[in-house]
Amino acid sequence: MSRSVVSEIRRNHINELLRKGARMDGRGPLELRDISVETGVIDTAEGSARVRYGDTEVMAGVKMAIGTPFPDTPDKGVLTTSMELIPMAHPDFESGPPGGDAIELARVVDRGIRESGMVDVEKLCISAGEEVWMCFLDIYALNYDGNLFDAAALALVSALKTAMAPASNFDKGEDFPLPISCLPVTVTVAKIENTLIVDPTFDEDMVSSARLTVTTDENGDIRAMQKGKSGSFTVDEISEIVDLAREKGEEIRKIIG
Amino acid sequence: MDSDIVMVDDKGKRVDGREANDLRPMKIEAGVLPNADGSAYLEIGKNKVLAAVYGPRECHPRHLQDPTKAIVQCKYNMQSYSVSDRKRPGPDRRSAEISKIISEALESVILTELFPRASIDVYIEIMQANAGTRCAGLTAASVALADAGMPMRDLVPSVAVGKADGKLLLDLNKEEDNFGEADLPLAIIPKTDEVVLLQMDGHMTKEEFDSAMKTGVAACHEIYEMQKDALRRRYSVGEEEEVEE
Amino acid sequence: MENTNAKPKREVVVPGDLLDDKELRPGSGTYVQDGKLYSSLLGVKSIRSNYVNVIPLSGRYLPQTADTVVGKIIDIGPSNWLVDINAPYPAPLHVNEVPWRVEFGDTARFLNVGDVIMAKILMMDETNKIQVTMNESGMRKLQGGHVIQVSYSKVPRVIGKGGSMIQMIKNMTDCRVFVGQNGMIWIEGELDNILVASKAIEMIDEEAQASNLTDRVKEYLERNAPAEGQ
Repeated sequence: MSRSVVSEIRRNHINELLRKGARMDGRGPLELRDISVETGVIDTAEGSARVRYGDTEVMAGVKMAIGTPFPDTPDKGVLTTSMELIPMAHPDFESGPPGGDAIELARVVDRGIRESGMVDVEKLCISAGEEVWMCFLDIYALNYDGNLFDAAALALVSALKTAMAPASNFDKGEDFPLPISCLPVTVTVAKIENTLIVDPTFDEDMVSSARLTVTTDENGDIRAMQKGKSGSFTVDEISEIVDLAREKGEEIRKIIG
Repeated sequence: MDSDIVMVDDKGKRVDGREANDLRPMKIEAGVLPNADGSAYLEIGKNKVLAAVYGPRECHPRHLQDPTKAIVQCKYNMQSYSVSDRKRPGPDRRSAEISKIISEALESVILTELFPRASIDVYIEIMQANAGTRCAGLTAASVALADAGMPMRDLVPSVAVGKADGKLLLDLNKEEDNFGEADLPLAIIPKTDEVVLLQMDGHMTKEEFDSAMKTGVAACHEIYEMQKDALRRRYSVGEEEEVEE
Repeated sequence: MENTNAKPKREVVVPGDLLDDKELRPGSGTYVQDGKLYSSLLGVKSIRSNYVNVIPLSGRYLPQTADTVVGKIIDIGPSNWLVDINAPYPAPLHVNEVPWRVEFGDTARFLNVGDVIMAKILMMDETNKIQVTMNESGMRKLQGGHVIQVSYSKVPRVIGKGGSMIQMIKNMTDCRVFVGQNGMIWIEGELDNILVASKAIEMIDEEAQASNLTDRVKEYLERNAPAEGQ
């Protein structure tokens, strides 16, 4: 994501607007874009969701198969998350194996789901040490206009929430809904000059000095965090961001029920 | 065929109720992705396909540049969850081959000589696959190219004609394809009926082949009308006010 | 627009559509095959003095010599800059084509990556090699205000007949607006007014095909623009 150049004029315009509490698309600093979630869009997937945050659009799909567990977790199912920044989504994205940005995205989204215990992996054990369900969680960016972290996380959570394990295909009894214990929601806050904004667009992403991604559960507890970019936050700012993530997380959780 | 699976019943109906020369239900929408210069979404039967075009733009890597014309670089990609057994993300030999023949088919209609040294990048993402994805991808890609304002001689509709149960069947679905005896994907330039993509595998007599070609070309003309309709719908013009031109 | 007969519906054509098989001559966006004239573009068919043209509805900007454009510096060399003008190719700006005396290697002191300029297309040759110049009156580095991008094919709508649309936006928002032929638009004025002007222009970009566009933009401006004479 390095080739784009934001013009000086645009950078100054974004700064000037934010000093007056405004943003280019008419939002206030702490306002999300319109979010839409469509689930069950791919018949060949066990669960799927297409999520839009404004012009940012991602697709997540869950595929399941039976495999052998890792030796250190013989009684747990396996989750594997991948993210593809395909060149369709943005002129700066290039073909090829996932780079640093895509890997970071996949790992941050994965942490939110893994650490919150959203998927009860113990219930995905068929025979300890021998057979467990493997869940492949694949996310594709279709159109990139900032804040892929939140869109990717919401798409994957929505896909998992609606996924059905294809047990009958493997002669393992009836299909069953994926065992879900909670709904982690991810909120990214970016810092531009000294203002904190939620749900940054591409231009705001480019102009921001630092970002903090926070995943919370429905109790408002923190389940994963990731600070990004070369700028910094004060401890007070971080505390404020966590509160914001809890508040906005609740708003977003209402969308997916 | 000694299989007891019946692909065509005694009334001539196929597993999904179609006649031999029927296409699956098809839907095309142009201009669906904001970042791309042009884009299209296409469904045919249970296939779901997105196509996007970037360019003409500077060609990277530079050594691929052609000083006399633009190069057309198509990337066909099957998303991991698009098939019943998860596909590992990333390129493979099959998608590399399909990307190449689609690039060549598109190059045959694009006026590439207008953009020396440039690259025209076409991305096809198969989100859900149910046989015939290369044809669906090519059909969508040519709509996306027109949507991108690309100068081109014509659109490129594409479809496959298959053979199952000993009969020629247009536009095989997955079930038919699994038990099929032959498959003949093709694409044409409708104005002249020039064939710009053709593959074949399986077993056909010369007579069957001639008949399959005829069926395929006719079906391409049907698809062509849907492609044009999608583009006109996107840009339906109201009563225009006069503008400076 | 009560009288729909007065303004005929313009015909949208797609690549490959037959435009004429008789005596008309091929204009832009067309090609001839076997004596017949076809469209090579998705666009609107327009006939002017025996020529058929197809006016594109989408696509990248193709520079024409003497066009005035707004561009963004995206790279710097010791004796030139590279300008993104939203065309298929970036446009070089040579040190001889700027109004300053620039020593070899001193380019960044005058224009830096991210700077926005108003420039003229000096030439576009048959191999599509572009050059831009700032050695013309009015060409300069732009500072302050806001830059937005509309698709190149919508530029005529943004300008309007005889400049009527853009004049209305300028008057009602009290902004200076410069529309580059490449679809990049520079707007300067009070911050709130810039927002109203950009929104109005975005409206034109998104709804260019809609009927009554002028009235709708006017209505938007009346609702949101500062009272006149302020």
